[in-house]
Amino acid sequence: MSAVDNNAGIALATRGLSRSFGSLVVARDIELNLPVGARYALIGPNGAGKTTLINLMTGMLPPNQGQIILGGEDITALSPQARVKRGLARTFQINSLFAHLNPLEAVTLAVCERRGISSRFWQNVAVNKDAIEEAYEILAKLKLGDVAYQTTRELPYGRQRLLEIALALATKPKVLLLDEPAAGVPQEESGDIFEVVAGLSNDLTLLFIEHDMHVVFRFATHIIVLVGGAVFTEGSPAEISADPGVREVYLGKRHHG
Amino acid sequence: MANPTPLTPQGYLLARTRWHPLEILFWLATLLPFLVFPNYLSLASQIAITALFALSLDIILGYAGVVSLGHAAFFGIGAYSAAIFSKHVWGEPFSGLLVAAALAGLFGYATSFIISRFRHLPLIMITLGLGLLAHEVANSAHWLTGGSDGFQGVSTEPIFGLFRFDLYGKTAYAYSLAALFIVFLCARRLINSPFGLALRGIRENWNRMPAIGADSRAHIRKAYTIAAVIAGICGALLTQTTNSASLESISFQRSADVLVMLVLGGAGRLYGGLIGAAIFMIARDQFSGIAPQYWYFWIGILLVTVVMLLPNGILGGLSKLLGRWSRK
Repeated sequence: MSAVDNNAGIALATRGLSRSFGSLVVARDIELNLPVGARYALIGPNGAGKTTLINLMTGMLPPNQGQIILGGEDITALSPQARVKRGLARTFQINSLFAHLNPLEAVTLAVCERRGISSRFWQNVAVNKDAIEEAYEILAKLKLGDVAYQTTRELPYGRQRLLEIALALATKPKVLLLDEPAAGVPQEESGDIFEVVAGLSNDLTLLFIEHDMHVVFRFATHIIVLVGGAVFTEGSPAEISADPGVREVYLGKRHHG
Repeated sequence: MANPTPLTPQGYLLARTRWHPLEILFWLATLLPFLVFPNYLSLASQIAITALFALSLDIILGYAGVVSLGHAAFFGIGAYSAAIFSKHVWGEPFSGLLVAAALAGLFGYATSFIISRFRHLPLIMITLGLGLLAHEVANSAHWLTGGSDGFQGVSTEPIFGLFRFDLYGKTAYAYSLAALFIVFLCARRLINSPFGLALRGIRENWNRMPAIGADSRAHIRKAYTIAAVIAGICGALLTQTTNSASLESISFQRSADVLVMLVLGGAGRLYGGLIGAAIFMIARDQFSGIAPQYWYFWIGILLVTVVMLLPNGILGGLSKLLGRWSRK
């Protein structure tokens, strides 16, 4: 695959991204190009390095080599929060929420951070009408309006998964990386979560990790298969499902499960 | 979108910051010592100062989750600054408070760059180390602080040139209580501010904060500096109301005591430190009357009992009880 130096239309790219822990290679020379508005799925067997790749792209884990390019800008050296400020957000496979805040407070917090007013210690948070209403709109869009004032830890699990996404959306991302957004949610509910994901703005570039192949084939326009920390292959859902190699390393075990 | 609550989101958040009738009752009760316990005004003044000190620790510990075992360093800096200022510059109390606040804040800001890089056990050890360091500096700078002999020559002028610090502590309590109330109002505003929300976010989930674009370290530096300023004011208040300053003000014991008070009262709830300080100080006063050398025995029992039965402190237990009662 040749590196595309022309960044037009590419929201997020990686160039030769590599990371190892001692002799264990968790990311090997990864080259990705996510076009603006992409709906990409990242699949691969357990331990393939999918979450690691998200950690590398968001700056939670520094790479040994390679670059991460967001909208044409090299962000490899930036801190995680600086990347978020530039429009790269993520969610977590295991809920990473604010247990004792309610959804309105949590999302308002994220909105205040984005608006750069979170260091104001002299004004009542409640005077920031725009920020609060923006937070509530995000919650309403994710069908969390009715639980906005309930303590997060008391919410049903599926609602908490949606709050994960709401927190990321509050940063107004250009690129959103979703780490198994429906992880742990019963299969009949996981469709609801992906309906919410599919309903997000078309300008938003999405990459999601997902194990359920029905969901992947339904929502992704393009699939990247990661095996052993390296990109095994990528292509349209039709190409991937027809690829005998993919069937062997991944689908074969699960497709009829 | 069905919304069962009649409040708008803004109205909801606004309502949460309104004054509760119990709060008003609490502050009215702080006036009682003037009428009911005129012989205990000196103790009341010390309680007010200690309560403010506990409040300052609460901002970093209860809200931002930064555990400190060296908070007395700022108290001591404030105490000695006010003492030295009154001896060598002038004895007007308000300017003394400001100087103490500024110097403690400066020291807090400088050390906040170390503090904000660590969490958990290393953080506790670093704050402990910095506290011990400050104590030894004060101890060895005999020419400036009087070392273990105590500072000689504090001279605090009357407030507004009118109200002399009297023997019974009437002025002292009025002064300390006014300071407590004013700083409390500021702290209350801070906790209800966007910044206060960010601090609670740090306490609830340190790892998520960068993922929503927050610079937690910058927040912690700021909170730590503010807490240091308040602690410095407390130290200065003690110097001015007692006309003395000693190594006790910068000792490890004071750092440990204030932590105990906050845990007793309930960390992370504005009034926890105030209630904890009052209980601790009154208990010390009463128990030390019975057996001066063993009074920590009772504090030990109190601490263990409270932590075992009420993990969120006395106030945490009370508010749970009140919540249950009001839901019925």
